Order: sequence, then C-alpha cells, then structure tokens
Amino acid sequence: MTQPHTGNTAGRIVPTEINGRPAVPFQGVGKYRPEGTKAAPPLRTCADYPDSGSKIVANLKTALQNAGLRNGITISTHHHFRNGDKVANPLFEAAAALGVKDLRWFPSASFPCHAPIIDHLESGVIHHIEGSMNGPLGDYCSSGKMRGMGVLRSHGGRWQAIQDGEVHIDIAVIAAPTADPFGNANGVTGPSACGLLGFALADSIYADHVIVVTDNLIDFPCIPWQIQGNNVDQVVVMDSIGDPSKIVSGTTQLTKSPDRLLIAELAARFVRDAGIMQDGFSFQAGAGGTALGFAIFLKEMMKDAGVSARFIRGGSTKYLVEMLEQGLTDYILDGQTFDLDGVRSMRDNPNHQDTSPFTSYNYHGKGNFASMLDATVLGATEVDVDFNANVVTHSDGRLLHGIGGWQNCLFGKCVILPIPSVRDRIPVIVDRVTTLCGPGDLVDVIVTERGIAINPRRADLLEAVKGSDLPIRPIQDIKAEVELLCGGAPTPPSLGDKVVAAIKWVDGTVIDCVRQVKT
Amino acid sequence: MTNKTNTAEAGRRGPDARSDCWVKITPTDSGGIALDLKSKVESMYGDATRQLISDELEALGLANANVEIEDNGALPFVLTARVEAAVRRLGLDVGDGFLQDRLPGTDTTTERDRFRRSRLYLPGNEPKFMLNAGLHNPDGIILDLEDSVAPPEKDAARILVRNALRTIDFRCSERMVRINQGDRGLEDLDVIAAHNVHVILIPKVEDPEQVRKVDERIKQVVCGATERRSDEATKNPPPEPQASACANAPRVYLMPIVESALGAIRAYDIATASPNVIALTIGLEDYTADIGAARTQQGSESFWARAQVVNAARAAGVQPIDSVFSDVGNMDALRDSVLEAKSLGFDGKGCIHPRQIAVIHDAFAPTEAELTKARRIVDAFEDATRKGLGVVSLGTKMIDPPVVKRAQRVVRLAEAMNRV
Repeated sequence: MTQPHTGNTAGRIVPTEINGRPAVPFQGVGKYRPEGTKAAPPLRTCADYPDSGSKIVANLKTALQNAGLRNGITISTHHHFRNGDKVANPLFEAAAALGVKDLRWFPSASFPCHAPIIDHLESGVIHHIEGSMNGPLGDYCSSGKMRGMGVLRSHGGRWQAIQDGEVHIDIAVIAAPTADPFGNANGVTGPSACGLLGFALADSIYADHVIVVTDNLIDFPCIPWQIQGNNVDQVVVMDSIGDPSKIVSGTTQLTKSPDRLLIAELAARFVRDAGIMQDGFSFQAGAGGTALGFAIFLKEMMKDAGVSARFIRGGSTKYLVEMLEQGLTDYILDGQTFDLDGVRSMRDNPNHQDTSPFTSYNYHGKGNFASMLDATVLGATEVDVDFNANVVTHSDGRLLHGIGGWQNCLFGKCVILPIPSVRDRIPVIVDRVTTLCGPGDLVDVIVTERGIAINPRRADLLEAVKGSDLPIRPIQDIKAEVELLCGGAPTPPSLGDKVVAAIKWVDGTVIDCVRQVKT
Repeated sequence: MTNKTNTAEAGRRGPDARSDCWVKITPTDSGGIALDLKSKVESMYGDATRQLISDELEALGLANANVEIEDNGALPFVLTARVEAAVRRLGLDVGDGFLQDRLPGTDTTTERDRFRRSRLYLPGNEPKFMLNAGLHNPDGIILDLEDSVAPPEKDAARILVRNALRTIDFRCSERMVRINQGDRGLEDLDVIAAHNVHVILIPKVEDPEQVRKVDERIKQVVCGATERRSDEATKNPPPEPQASACANAPRVYLMPIVESALGAIRAYDIATASPNVIALTIGLEDYTADIGAARTQQGSESFWARAQVVNAARAAGVQPIDSVFSDVGNMDALRDSVLEAKSLGFDGKGCIHPRQIAVIHDAFAPTEAELTKARRIVDAFEDATRKGLGVVSLGTKMIDPPVVKRAQRVVRLAEAMNRV
C-alpha cells in the first residue's frame, strides 16, 4: 500500500489517512470512545429570510450561486428515489456550468442512474464520492480511476459522521416529493412519493446551507413536515424530480426462486424454533427477495401460533403493511418505503411510523432502535468461517453495493444472514472475506439452502434449537460441500495496492478498505 | 454442427445462460490446444478451469485444437459435459467419455416399495436447476431427456445428465431419468444407465415389448460397466464371468408411462412386462390428444384411463402414479388435484416446481380419521397373527388382506411424515 496505513484489531490493513485527513483504525466493537461536542451549522437570523415565508428561487443554478458554491466544497444528496432520481444529475450539470472544480459528492447512496456523474469525475468538477457506489460508478471507483478515496458508511455511520463533524456538508440538496414555499417537506404525497425522507434529515439539521427541490409545491403548511422548513434556506421547483416507476414499485413481488424461498423458510423456522417468535417480539426485515420471503413465511407461522409482534422495523412493503393491518404487529418503524402500499400506510396509519438513521442506527447517540430487535435478517455477498461478513464487494473485489443500514442492524439480538451457499460457481462461505464489513462477533446465524450454521459463540442459540428438525451444521461442513461441487476452494482475488475506498465502522473508525481491481 | 470435421459447438451463451457455458472447438493440425476462456469466475477458478479442460481434452484424445469457451459460472460437471458434447459432435470416438470421480451422495440406493408421492421433473439440458433439486426433498427427481429437451440438444443433454448423476447429491430423492422414445431412448441408456440411476421412466409405452427392450439394454450397459470396473479394480486377473458381474450390478427399476389409447388398453401387460417395473404412470397431455378429446380441468375425459392405470398397477403389484400438475401458480388447485388422485387410488403425482412438493406430500398425508382407522386394522391384524388366527376381524367385521395391506401402508406413511 502506498498510502499511510496500519493494521487494525480485525487484522485488516487500513489507511490511516483518508483524503488528507487522519483516520482512526477499527479498535473492536464498542471500543472506540468519541469525545467533544456535536457539530453545528452556523447561526442565522430571520432578518435574512423573507417574512412571507417564501424561499422559492428560480432554478438549481441560482440556488447554488446563492448558496455560495465554490471549489472544493461538499454537496450532499439522498437516495429516497433510488434508481429513479432525477435531481443529482442536473444538480452537478448546474455546478459544472458554473465552472467549479473538486467538489466532494456526499450522497446517502448512488445508483446506476447516476452514471453521468462519471463525466464530472473525469472533468474535475467532482473530486470524489463518499457514499455507496454500484453499477458504473462502482466499476469506475474499483478500477482506481477516481482521484480521491471513496468512503463507504452505513446509514447510521453517515449520521454519525455528519453529527461528529467528520463530514462537513456545505450544501445539502434535498429532493422532496411535496414541499411548501417555506421548505417544509415530506415524502408521503406527490407524484414522486417515496414514503419518508429520513436519509436527508441529518443534512437538513447540520448542513451550512439547505436547498429543497420539489415537483409538487403546495401552499404552506406542508404536513407532515418530515423536513422542517426552519432548517431550509431555499426552495426550487422542477418539472419532475423522479421517475415514479423506479422509486417505488406498484407492488413488491415475492421472489419465485425456489432456492431463495427455501432459505427464507429455513430462516423463519429458525426464528420460530429458537423461541424468538413470541408475543410482543420484534424483528427487522428488508425488501430484498429472501428477507421479504422470510417475513411472509414468519407471518404464516405467527398466525398459526397466534403470536403478534410489538414492532417490525425495516423497509416497508405491502406484506409488512398487511401484517400491521391484520394485527400481527402493533407498529411498523419504517426506515425506507418500497412500494405504494407502504407509502399509503405511512400516510394514513399512525401506527406506521417513519424513522431516521438518528432513531434507528446512529451509534454515537443515546441508544438506537436496531439493538433492541429480537431478530434481524440481513443479506451478504460473502461470509467467512469466523462469521465475518462482506456486503460491499463481489468475491472478485469489485464494488457491488453500499452498506445501507446493514452494519447498524448487526447490533440486533439475533442476527441472521439468509444467503445461498453458492451463486453459480461462486462459493459464498470463504476462509476470509474479501472485504470486512461486519465482524463475526455480531453475526449469529448463517442460513443457507444446505444447512444452518450457528456461530459457536452463541451456545444459547445452539441449545435453543437442539431437538428441532432444523438442519444445523458447522459452517466448515457447508463450505467443504460447496467447494467439492465447485472444483476446489476459489483463488482469492488478486488486487492492486491502491486503496480505492475505505469502509467505515459504525463509530467512524476504519474497519477495512477496498483495493483497486486489476484488469 | 453442420460441418462435422471442421468445428463444433455446445452449450449456451448470453446473459440467460446462467450456470452454463458455451464451447466451440476447431481442430487444428498441430500446435496443441489453444484455449480462449472468458469466464465470469476467472479470478476464482480461471486456472482450475483451464487445467480441467486440458485434462479432459487429453483424455478424450483431442491433441490439437482451438477451443473457445464462454463461461457463465458453470460448475465442473457442466463444463466437462459441454466440452465432451462438442468433441463428440466433431465425430470423434470418445468411448465412455470423460468421467470425473463421483462425488459423495451419488451412491444412494432405493427400494421397490418406497414412497413415490412427488416426482420433480427437471429439464435435462438445464444445469442451473439440478444442483439444489434434492434440497427440496421430492420423493423423486426426474432428469428429463424427452419433452423438455429440444431435438438438436438430445446428445448434449445425455452427457449433462450423466455428469449430474455422477456429481450431484440428490439426498433422499430417488434418482430418475426419463429417456426418449424408441431407439433414441435406448441410446440414452448407453450413456446414463451405468451411473446409479434408480428408475428409468419410459415414455409412450403401448407394447410390453418396449419395456422389455429397455430392461434388456439396461442389463447390457450396467453389466458391461460393472465388468469394466472390476477389471480396473483387480488390474490383471482374468475377467470375471459376466453372470457374477451382473449379480453385483445395482438394479435399475422401470416406470412405464401410458400416454395413448393403446397404452391404456394394454396397461396390465405393460405393468407386468418386467419384474423391474415398480410403478405405472400416465401422461394426460398426449393421452387426451390421442383419444381426440380436449383436456379439461375437471378431467372426465381421462377418468377411464386413470382408473385403468390404477387397476392395472394394483393388479400387477406396482404403484399407480398420477400425471403431472403443471400450473405452478395455483397451489389450491394442486391440492385439490392431489386429493382427487388419492381418492382414485393413486400413490403419487408429478410436479415441475419445488414449491409444489410440500403441497403434494401434505395432500397425500393420511388424515387423522384415516390414520385412526388404519391403526385399528393393523392392531387387529397383529393380534390375529399373534393368536394364530386365519381371519382378521374388527368388531363384527371381517378384514380382508388387501385392507390390511393398505392400512399398513397408511401407518407407514404417517410414520414417515412424523404424523404419529
């Protein structure tokens, strides 16, 4: 490695300097202690804002000029619109037209629709991206072409970085499905309705300057105000800020893959048979194929057993909404809404509560919701025999997706990774994960189609499922079976020295890094 | 494929060909093997794949060729099958082909009377469904060489199925292959019969002779293979007499499929054509076409044939197995269909999607009332046997032997399904 580096307690070589600033290596779960006070935006006065309450300006370009756009500053955006976002691309076109250079883009996540950003990285308008990168941007970064180092953070880690002053946002641009001229905004109504705006909340509170962009301007007051207008400097109205068909799906479809359904069913049976599924319990489930399948199987098991949950956390879909409406859970604590039923329920049902990374995930806070969950179901691209897990890179070392809330959710009481043991010819259980995102200390159960491996650390879980007909197996066993089918253990990826991205732990320390992929 | 000696292709390419690969071989006069491999798993298995292919080509006797491979994550059993298919398409004699070592879990055995409630059809030329089929616990897995394989791919499917039989652990599922009709089916047997297949499904049987031909061909293939194996094992000594080699060979059972009016008429003769027949089944798509009726949901057009198959099978002492239910989206209709099959006397149902399996097993499970009654009969039978009585009676009713037999089966099934 050419950059300054050191080994961390997880045995990973990590950079000690990221984009010119010192970085703290990972010290173990719960070991690093933050000091000092939270960051804060500059003081403002109402004297500078119109008494009428209208902060509307003509367009993005004017707003950027008013916001003091200059070389080298940080601009943030959010991924509520997922692959249907129509704000980030015109935003950086406007910045480019104003002739600035070396910006840092700080999205909560980027998507394949943001491929045009590569032009701005090439031309120098953007220096580097700190936020998840996949698709074309992931390939660009993986191949070492980005000038600065990418930084991947969890949703909670992003809040922590902003709050701790590790990332100072100069201009936050918040795409809002509905807003009023004062800047109050929400995601539950409007043509680009996406449910909630939790990922933009920290930015609205901590950024120097906040611009709300909407295609559905309504008269004051916009209620609910998920984003408070009192934090907003300017409001821009555009014809369209998102492609609704790519923001949420009309209906979330359950996977038809028999193998994924089998894995999901095994995970649900585990939660039931380990005694976790009890009246008043809680669980987290995302909208990915297997996690969704898990929720549906668990729902049937809950019905059969006459059990209901106190709350479900997660990306909401029609399936979770059905559970709420059928009395199988008292509350949904929603971090991200995935379909129109989810949006409707959040808008109309007071027991469907929108949350933010602050309430659910922030590690530098006075507790968070993720640690209270009885069962947490997450994905992974790779796991190793020590139950460490990778969620950001392919087994060949290429950036695949962001961390999302994944790291934060590892603090749940029983963390279950339902994953296939082999994808085509790619074994998923390896000796050592390519990129360490979650330490094995926090991963409890790996559910594959070939059996369920319980972390030996969790003697209680091993005991709890004794006598059940679940296929419990040592992780090494499953690994050996798959390698026999694949024709031996895979060759570890051959990676370059150059670090292209750092992987932050939930406390801001560096747990691992992603190296340049040799092409 | 058109120009036999010049070049040959096998397998599939493109984004939809997951877990498969495409191979093109152009023999050359000299220069050894030039392998151009584009693999999705290059960083993990690139070197291993090159080694495997080069070993295989050497074993198949191809010394000089340009070999192009596009690999979309194919497992070794698929890679070697596609390469072998291409080499065979060049017209080279490769004998038994390239046989890799058998993997654990491919040596399971079966029994004549095992449960055959569900049988899952897998297309024989589609590798991606094969690996995990056994994990879904069907009673049987059918690697299909017939209707699900396009005619130009029949040769390639055989090799893939053979490799799958040698590689994949189908767990507790019975290992079945549906061969093609006629001579092509007999050729299928030459390639697959010696690789621990438990049951051969014979399509479109109208004549007991067809069953006997299959039986005979299996004997030839399996005995031949056993003989060769024992030769290898003992190296030098003179070959053992064929009879003994055959005696050690695993038995391959048969399940003829009745798919025509004539087949239905001759159902009993077919079911008794060979002692290796263990079940008789029916294919309704072809049958209804053959009798000139449209296939309906209600199925009255095939009632006679299905009842005929049940009666013929029972008379022959083999299992009557119902047709395939292919609407994978309708689990309620599947359940109804299985319950109806059960009420007609069938012991099993075919399916094409793993999610159908649990529904089928559940519907075939004895009900509480059936189980209670069956246990009383079995108890009465055991009691009578203990007392040396020739007649079994329950209360004032006399119980006939077939009733006892059926009751025993119900109890066994309930035990197997943990319903006791």
